[in-house]
Amino acid sequence: MTTSTDTYAVPGVGAGLLDVYRRRYLLKLIVRKELRVRYRGSVLGLAWSYVKPLVQYVVLFFALGIVLRVGDQIPNYALYMFSGVIVINFFSEAFSNATRSIVSNAALVKKIYLPRELFPVASVWVAAVHFLPQLVVLLAAALLSGWKPDFMQLIGAVLGFVIVAVTATGLGLLAGAINVFFRDAENIVDMLMMIVTWTSPVLYDWTMIRRLAPPWVLFIYQLNPITVAVELFHWAFWYPTVDRPVELPPHLMWTGLIGLGMAALFLIIGQLVFRRLEGHFAQEV
Amino acid sequence: MGAAIIVKGLKKTFNLRHSHSLKETLVWLVKGRKSDLSKKFDALHDVSFEIQPGETVALLGFNGSGKSTLLKLISGVILPDQGTVRTKGRVAGLIEVGAGFHPDLSGRENVFLNAAILGMTEQEINDKFDEIVAFSEIEQFIDTEVKFYSSGMFLRLAFAVAVHTQPDIFLVDEILAVGDEPFQKKCLAKIKQLSDEGRTLVVVSHDLDMIARICDRGVVLASGTVQFEGPADQAVAWLRDSN
Repeated sequence: MTTSTDTYAVPGVGAGLLDVYRRRYLLKLIVRKELRVRYRGSVLGLAWSYVKPLVQYVVLFFALGIVLRVGDQIPNYALYMFSGVIVINFFSEAFSNATRSIVSNAALVKKIYLPRELFPVASVWVAAVHFLPQLVVLLAAALLSGWKPDFMQLIGAVLGFVIVAVTATGLGLLAGAINVFFRDAENIVDMLMMIVTWTSPVLYDWTMIRRLAPPWVLFIYQLNPITVAVELFHWAFWYPTVDRPVELPPHLMWTGLIGLGMAALFLIIGQLVFRRLEGHFAQEV
Repeated sequence: MGAAIIVKGLKKTFNLRHSHSLKETLVWLVKGRKSDLSKKFDALHDVSFEIQPGETVALLGFNGSGKSTLLKLISGVILPDQGTVRTKGRVAGLIEVGAGFHPDLSGRENVFLNAAILGMTEQEINDKFDEIVAFSEIEQFIDTEVKFYSSGMFLRLAFAVAVHTQPDIFLVDEILAVGDEPFQKKCLAKIKQLSDEGRTLVVVSHDLDMIARICDRGVVLASGTVQFEGPADQAVAWLRDSN
């Protein structure tokens, strides 16, 4: 910038995610708006987000345990699966809503300048609000099974949550920006969400992959930040309740940090692509 | 102190056809990007001017002359293809009435949301809230969802929020077209007050008499280029003559 214009701002060019942090009050209002709009005209309101995971848990317990007899291989299978399922739920809600966030806020994007990163980030927050009731159900189920975690395991759970949130934000920025130009993106994301349950050890355990696949496949499998988060949740919520010996992937804290690195990489890529495309949002959305 | 807004060599091109599928685009890429995928339209071409702090400037021109595009470029909603826009201080753009309003939220919630979008802090909104509602004169309905508002009530609240954001640069597009006469007078008085406080105003309107009355200067656009720049009454006369 030349000296004559250095006190001037360039309209429409912001600092990306940094602006979201600076305008966190606006972020809070947008999150609140999304929640209000979601539950308008509903008697139970946010209570629905407690009912749904509860039903999901009961279904897992009966369908998989009694009918499919998964419990023979995995002790406390319902807890095992539910701790993975809520990670997937959080990820897919955050990611698919973030993908739609720019398009569904077209009215705002077209008329007023505000840091557009606010919308995908708000979607992830909304998903986090919905994650909370699921966590409550999980904790209740874990306590009923005699859950006594140690400190590192709780840190692991927090790390797992952060990994998923950062990954969803990064991928949401990426897909949300592309979706403005090609609505195909939301369909591709929906399809990915069907796959993602199976590319992580949610309904089976990781030793099955180790048995079936060569080591390099297992290596790539474990690089997936969602897989890392699911295993961290197993470690935190399921492992402490198991009385017979079970095998978790080794060095979970280390793979956790690698997962965090992968998540950060997604975030950087997402932000870069978003910034490149952002200039055309208002005229294309 | 330099100008509040500097616009230099501005060019903006729009695609006329937007809805191409991924399939069409892939075919186009495979065929070696032959021919343009969509037709282009120059909305603005080589537009340059400066606006001094405290000035009230009107952008004039007939429909399709590029006024609103220019306003959107100054507010940062869209970015130029060529040239630069520079602004000094907080910019509040009222490109369309109630753009930041959500129909399912109450008037109160919308005031907070809209004011925050226009750049106010939580503290500022809390301090100004009563003043905003008083200005809009719809205290009675403030907790009603805005989808039940009449267009007049909607305008009142939206305008009340916008004028209370204390922007250094205030962009107004065609918003005084609605609203009854007493409220219009009130809005004009408020605009005058903002201008007297040394704030910069950029107004787009087709109400030429009003422009001649409240603006210092006018910039006339036609087919995306500046045709005339000068005192507001002369700009209005020029536009009327050109027809």
